[in-house]
Parts: sequence; structure tokens; C-alpha cells
Amino acid sequence: MNRVRLATVWLDGCSGCHMSLLDMDERLLDLADRVELVYSPLVDHKEYPEDVDLVLVEGSVSSEEDLHKIRKIRRQSKILISLGDCAVTGNVPAMRNPFKTAEVLRRVYVENVSVESPTPNQVVPALLARVRPVHEVVPVDVFVPGCPPSADTIFWTLTELLEGRRPDLTGKTRFGA
Amino acid sequence: MGRQILIDPVTRLEGHAKITLHLDDQGAVEAAQFHVTQLRGFEKFCEGRRFLEMPYLMSRICGICPVSHLIASAKACDAILAVSIPETAAQLRRVMNLAQVVQSHALSFFYLSSPDLLLGMDADPVKRHLFGVAETHPMLARDGVGLRQFGQQIIETLGGRRIHPGWVIPGGVAGPLSTENRDRILAGIPEALNRTQRTLDWFKRTIETFREEIRTFANFPSMFLGLVGAEGELETYDGRLRIVDESGSIVQDGIDPLRYAEFIGEAAEPWTYMKFPYYKPAGREHGFYRVGPLARLNIVTRCGTARADQELAEFRELRRGAILSSFHYHYARLIEILHGIEKIEELLSNPKILSKDVRAVAEANRREGIGVAEAPRGTLIHHYEIDDEGLITWANLIIATGHNNLAMNRGILQAARHYVSGNHVSEGMLNRVEAVIRTFDPCLSCSTHALGQMPFKIQIIGRDGVLVRELRRD
Ligand code: SF4
Repeated sequence: MNRVRLATVWLDGCSGCHMSLLDMDERLLDLADRVELVYSPLVDHKEYPEDVDLVLVEGSVSSEEDLHKIRKIRRQSKILISLGDCAVTGNVPAMRNPFKTAEVLRRVYVENVSVESPTPNQVVPALLARVRPVHEVVPVDVFVPGCPPSADTIFWTLTELLEGRRPDLTGKTRFGA
Repeated sequence: MGRQILIDPVTRLEGHAKITLHLDDQGAVEAAQFHVTQLRGFEKFCEGRRFLEMPYLMSRICGICPVSHLIASAKACDAILAVSIPETAAQLRRVMNLAQVVQSHALSFFYLSSPDLLLGMDADPVKRHLFGVAETHPMLARDGVGLRQFGQQIIETLGGRRIHPGWVIPGGVAGPLSTENRDRILAGIPEALNRTQRTLDWFKRTIETFREEIRTFANFPSMFLGLVGAEGELETYDGRLRIVDESGSIVQDGIDPLRYAEFIGEAAEPWTYMKFPYYKPAGREHGFYRVGPLARLNIVTRCGTARADQELAEFRELRRGAILSSFHYHYARLIEILHGIEKIEELLSNPKILSKDVRAVAEANRREGIGVAEAPRGTLIHHYEIDDEGLITWANLIIATGHNNLAMNRGILQAARHYVSGNHVSEGMLNRVEAVIRTFDPCLSCSTHALGQMPFKIQIIGRDGVLVRELRRD
């Protein structure tokens, strides 16, 4: 049997949605018979593969790098799932939107340091002026709200998708769940 | 400018990071940088929000150790309320924090690092993950899943959910523990102890085969910092700061954590969003210390529970003075899991844990509050100021992983110098450089709470500025 090629990615989130995925506990190990984890913080692939069947995206789009990543992910995946409130609405990361990025950087690297220090601007990706939910940047196929969605919700969603159905999450989860 | 190797992203890591190795003309590594590429802005965007909201908001810094943020934040709020919370509330918070230490350490050891330890640093990267471990060592994989589940279920039993429970609140906790729930947690203890002991016994037998890694994985003198209890015992909820040097001698002791700013300074570098805390009295150049499981076992007088103390005695036979190799963070993590389970049993066995008196109620009575606790990865500090309306005007956060930033950077340099030569670079060599970072178990969404994210990238760039090789995940 051909296993479904699954990827999971972190954009700007707290990793709580990934932890909820792990909260499937032993069901996670059992899933290994049906899916192949081709890209994820849990495995060592450094490049996002060309032909991903399902991708779970945690977090919002907050930096240039996130933007670059999510476009590539969209191009190379069949079904893209916005996992959790940060991906679905912007949630906590978007709370910085009323402030200018310069103000945020100033608090961290000018006000809250003990010795005069440079503000990071090499190698690290620039922050976007406005944090955005995933669907504002690329089309999303399935939305799974929750902060984080429970392990049961994630498991159910995955099972439906593996069965070839589009999951209807009405009543199954909610914002902040 | 020399050549560089870029590893991007660092995989099997809790967050986004890259590593750059700078090579000289002969292809030898002369410098290394660990880049954290996420920044989130909590210190700024909490401004104008009610302080009572902080635990709930601040726990969103990190989904791996939300409980530590809940606790440090709630303690800062307790200080603003100027209340001393009921004893049972403190003990219940302590149980939840220990449960989190267990689950978070299990994640680090089993899910992220055991593939290196069991399958080997040079194993096929396609198989080098938890599922690969489950195929070859099913018992160990299931023990890991089971231990993480044990910790997460305690958090759920107490707080109603596994991730981001809103149960730890300013003044105490949201509700008491029922007898039924206490018994349910206690029933899981024997199996959790067995799983841990089994893993520890295996790990101790295996250590021999990692001599080279032990010698080169951030194995150098440094100070170690963390909280200890009144008797110098292992303590994660309260206590005072102790600092020891590489010989194990005490540098500072009994420091009230509220005075943190006298001892801990913060600096930044242009190439990473993660800041560099340092021990202020020694200055930025020399004030280099480590925190977390290895540091805690180096600073404590004892663990304070029977089995863990037995293991600690054996652990200390590794070296006279402080244990210096960061490889032993793994070992220390297993001993802390053991201690956490034993301590949870002890705390729940005291009938007072069922008291209904779990919350003190007050208005804001002070303008400022500091809350400090030990997170799985080390000492965590939340510091807030409010205005007359109780709205946050300023916040400073020093996150466990941040303290280890200097050590992680020096650690990858040490390992890269040993394993990597620019003329011949193998995947296994670079995986070892990543594995050094994994020993520290950095939590990068945490450490870049300020406003960021950490992708992992290793770049090899030649003196001529030409990129020789790049490994990245994006
Ligand atoms: S939705 Fe909630 S749990 Fe998921 S990444 Fe965002 S803050 Fe974390």
C-alpha cells in the first residue's frame, strides 16, 4: 500500500499545535502504517519535498521567511490544513499588529538589554509589518480552529482525510478550544 | 572572508534555527553561529492589557512548557496582588510544574534525541526519527510515549486540558483537586517509575559508546545557575538562586530571585533574535553560565527523593566537581524525570493536597511584580509593571533557553572543530553539530518570545565568500 505523504510545519506559533498532534500518543505510532512523515520538526529532511499529499500548518505568517516558506509549501502540497488559531486567524502573533515592528524591536533589543547591543539584522529574516493568517497569503483547503485543537480533533481530521473525505469540523472544535 | 557551512534548518528541535560554520583557508572551522530566526514580541504587545490576563496570554509563548510560563506569570501577578497564596495552591502548582518537567523531558529525550542515541549519529536520516526507533526498539519508543502521556494527563487532570490550561491564576489555582483525581494520578506512578528506570538503566549501559561525543559536545568549564530549595535540594517552583563554578564550588547562594537584575544582564548580537544573558558581576565576556537539567544537578546538594538521590550519587561519579559535558544533559533529564515522578507521589500523598482553600483574592496592590520558576529548560523570569488601571506598561522576560545561548554557540564550535573539516563534510558530521544543540533541548518559540522564530540552516562559506555547502530546512 502506498502511504500518504504527510508534512507538518511551524510558522509563527508556540508549537502547542504540534504538541497537541503528539498528544495523540500511541495513535501517532499506529498512524505510521498509513502515513509517511516526509517533512516535520520531528524528522531530518532539510528540504520541503516536491509532492506532499497533506500538510498541517501551525502558526501565522510573520516574517519574510514564513512568507517564502508558505508559498513553497502551497506549490508543493495537494491539501493544506490551517492547524490552530494562529494559522486560522493570526491569533497571538497578530497581537503585535497594532505596534510598529520598530517598537517591538526597540523594546527587546534597546530597552530590555543591559549593555548597548545591535538590533539583529543579519541572517535573521525581517519581520513583516503585519502578521497574517495563512489563508491571506495562500489558499487553504481545511481550517481547524483551536488554541490548540485537541488531539482528538486532529486525529479525527487526519482520519477523514486519509479516508478521502473532506472533514466537516462544525461542532467539533472552536476558536480558543 | 572564509568559507561557510550553513545547516538550515536544524531538525528535531523545538523551533526554528540555523547554524553557520565559518572555515579558514585550510577548511578548518574557525567560528560557529547559532541563529534563531523567530521573534514574537510578547514583551511589547502585552502592553495595555490587564495584568490578570497575563498567565493565560503568556502561556502562549510556548506550547511545550506552557505551565512554566503560567506559573512564572501567575507568581508575578501574585506579587502585584501582594498576597501570599494558600499552601495547597502552591503545592498544586508544584505538582503541575513537575508533571510538565516529566512530559517535556520525555519529548526531548525520546522524541527528539533517542534516534541519535539508538540508531546512531550516522544512521540514515530518512529513518532517524521516532518512528524509526519504534520499528527497531518498540519498547523504548512506547516508554517514551507513555512518559510524555503520563505528564500530559496529570496536567489535564488538574487543569482540564493538556496544553494551555487556564487553571493557574493570579492568587492560586482555579479549583481544588478531588480525591478521585488524586487517586487516578497516583495509580499511574508505578508504571511511570518502571518506564523511567528501564530507560535509565539502558542509557547508563550505552554511555560508553558515546565517549567521543561526551568529550566534544559543549564540554568546557562554565558556571551553572538555577533555583534550589531551603536545604539546597532540587526545586522547580520556588527557592533561591545558586550559582556554582566548574569545580562545583558555590559562587553565589541564597539570592532572592527578585534581585535577578543585579546578577543577570542581557546583550544582543546582530545575527540572531535570541539574546545573550550573562552573569553581570563577571561581565559580558566572562559571565558565561548554563541552566537546565545539567545545571540543576550540578548546583543542588541533593534531589530530595530516594531513587533520584541514588542516581545522583552515581551521576556525580562521572567527574570530580561539576559535570561539564552537555551530552550529560540527556542523563540529567532522565534523573529529573525520576525525581519528578517521585516528588509528585510525595506531594499527592499529603492529605492537605485535597484542601478546598486554593485561592487568595485581592486587587492590585503594587505596581510591579516578578515571578521566577524553574522551567524544564532552566530558570524562567517574568517581570511586569502596571499603571493605575492595572494595565501592563512594561514587561521583561528572561527565558530558560536564552541563558544557554552563549554555551550553545561555543558548544557547536567545539563539536564542529572536532568533527567537521570543510574539505570533506558528511551528513553524520553535521548531524553531530545539530545533536549538540539537541542536548540543550532549546525551546525556540520560547527563547524568541520577544518576536521570532528559529529556522535551522548550516552554511559552509569559503574565505572567498563562496557558499561551499548549505543544509537547510525551510
Ligand atoms: S493556535 Fe494556540 S496552541 Fe497553536 S500555535 Fe497558536 S498559540 Fe500555540
